[in-house]
Amino acid sequence: MSSVRIDNVSRWFGNVVAVNDVTMTIGPGVTGLLGPNGAGKSTLINMMGGFLAPSTGTVTLDGTVIWGNEEIYRHIGVVPEREAMYDFLTGLEFVRANAELHGLPDAAARRALATVEMEYAQDRKISTYSKGMRQRVKMASALVHDPSVLLLDEPFNGMDPRQRMQLMDLLRRMGAEGRSVLFSSHILEEVEQLAAHIEVVVAGRHAASGDFRKIRRLMTNRPHRYLVRSSDDRALAAALIADPSTSGIEVDVQEGALRVQAVDFGRFTTLLPAVARAHGIRLLTVSPSDESLESVFSYLVAA
Amino acid sequence: MHHRIYHPTVARLTYRGLLGRRRAAVLFTLPALLLVIAAAVRLLTGADDDTATKVLGGFALATMVPLIGVIAGTGAIGPEIDDGSVVYLLAKPVKRPTIILTKLLVATGVTAVFSAVPTLIAGLILNGNSQRIAVAYTIAAAVASVAYSALFLLLGTVTRHAVVAGLVYALIWESLFGSLVPGARTLSVQQWALSLAERIAAPGAVSSDVGLPVAVVLLAGVTVAATWYAGEKLRKLTLAGEE
Repeated sequence: MSSVRIDNVSRWFGNVVAVNDVTMTIGPGVTGLLGPNGAGKSTLINMMGGFLAPSTGTVTLDGTVIWGNEEIYRHIGVVPEREAMYDFLTGLEFVRANAELHGLPDAAARRALATVEMEYAQDRKISTYSKGMRQRVKMASALVHDPSVLLLDEPFNGMDPRQRMQLMDLLRRMGAEGRSVLFSSHILEEVEQLAAHIEVVVAGRHAASGDFRKIRRLMTNRPHRYLVRSSDDRALAAALIADPSTSGIEVDVQEGALRVQAVDFGRFTTLLPAVARAHGIRLLTVSPSDESLESVFSYLVAA
Repeated sequence: MHHRIYHPTVARLTYRGLLGRRRAAVLFTLPALLLVIAAAVRLLTGADDDTATKVLGGFALATMVPLIGVIAGTGAIGPEIDDGSVVYLLAKPVKRPTIILTKLLVATGVTAVFSAVPTLIAGLILNGNSQRIAVAYTIAAAVASVAYSALFLLLGTVTRHAVVAGLVYALIWESLFGSLVPGARTLSVQQWALSLAERIAAPGAVSSDVGLPVAVVLLAGVTVAATWYAGEKLRKLTLAGEE
């Protein structure tokens, strides 16, 4: 069993701070690295994978510095986000080359291809593969040497739901075997389905760490804002404000809409349609006005 | 474990990548052009040592060898760095100098096969190796292949615009400045290689602006320095990601 430790790490590119004084440990099991696009997830994964030097701080694998040490790749498997992967080779040729670079025989390549269930297409050129097939062959290339640490950068991007489920099963299995599996994602639901433990980064900072459910609760309990249009805005406003799940309503005359702030997310979502029906009001628009991940995450950082 | 100067897997990936790209057409077109020119010249003017020197020196060594060197040298590593697939080489317990040395060997081999071999054939067509001109230029082309490959391999690790930079060096520095500014000729792979040709061919058949000892030292120095620096660049290569 291995773990990757990030210790007071910052990384900047010119004047831009991509990662700001982050400390975290990635241990056995599946960990989700969650954050909006541009939060510094790839920078963190690149530093853990030895492709980027931290500007300050240290990134270590079981106490050994990762940067500039190619021996760590005996223990680390990397699944990069980028697509390019020697497209002129067949899947088998590609995975076999990866095995050879580890000094491993053909059998290792075939075993890895079987693990990701890609044997059926292993003799086709990679250039003919779908996104999901590429992702699985990338996985196989990272698994040939049976690594104790697996780093995946946005592995579910562009996958269809079936492929996504297959990969999730595989990663769960890897985690259950005692490997340290870290994957990054900007999609809450993905992380929720796969990782019990999550690390949240926002704008280069380590915003939260720990049990997914606890962090999810923090996210859902924050005040939610909605933009609502109906056949009778003022009557609806009066009816909604009577309920404790609503903490504020503004009649936006210019927009011709209501701006509603709800404190109890669950209760509000069942209240709104019930109140509308009871008063004979037709709902025309109900849209969350701050549901972007960025705002969810900013709330987390402030909390 | 993998402490060696040549890794067969790195070599296979490199030459398959090199010969599989569209740019590889240049590798076949230029030698074909040289052979066509040689045959046409031989048919039109007959065997003539002076003409042979002009064709082999003016086109083969001055233009064809550096251009093939650019394609093979930059192509041996540049595209992998550009598209990010180099990550699959880097995420392995393989020494970075091993990767660079292997790629240098492949680039040199490809450049030599596609430039020295056609130079020999063209020389034989032109004057049947009279005054050892064909052999002299063949060896010059082979030696220049090593230095060009090292230089352009380094370019491939340094800049995304390695092909353009290589072309500028090959065409502007080696050809243009070399013919206009006498001093520039001392710092020209072509002239260093020519000084070897001068020694091999019959006296007076080939001439170079650089003495042989200086040429040998510079050829070796440039090759070693460029290769070492390329290894350093690869060791510190960072993949900044998409953010």
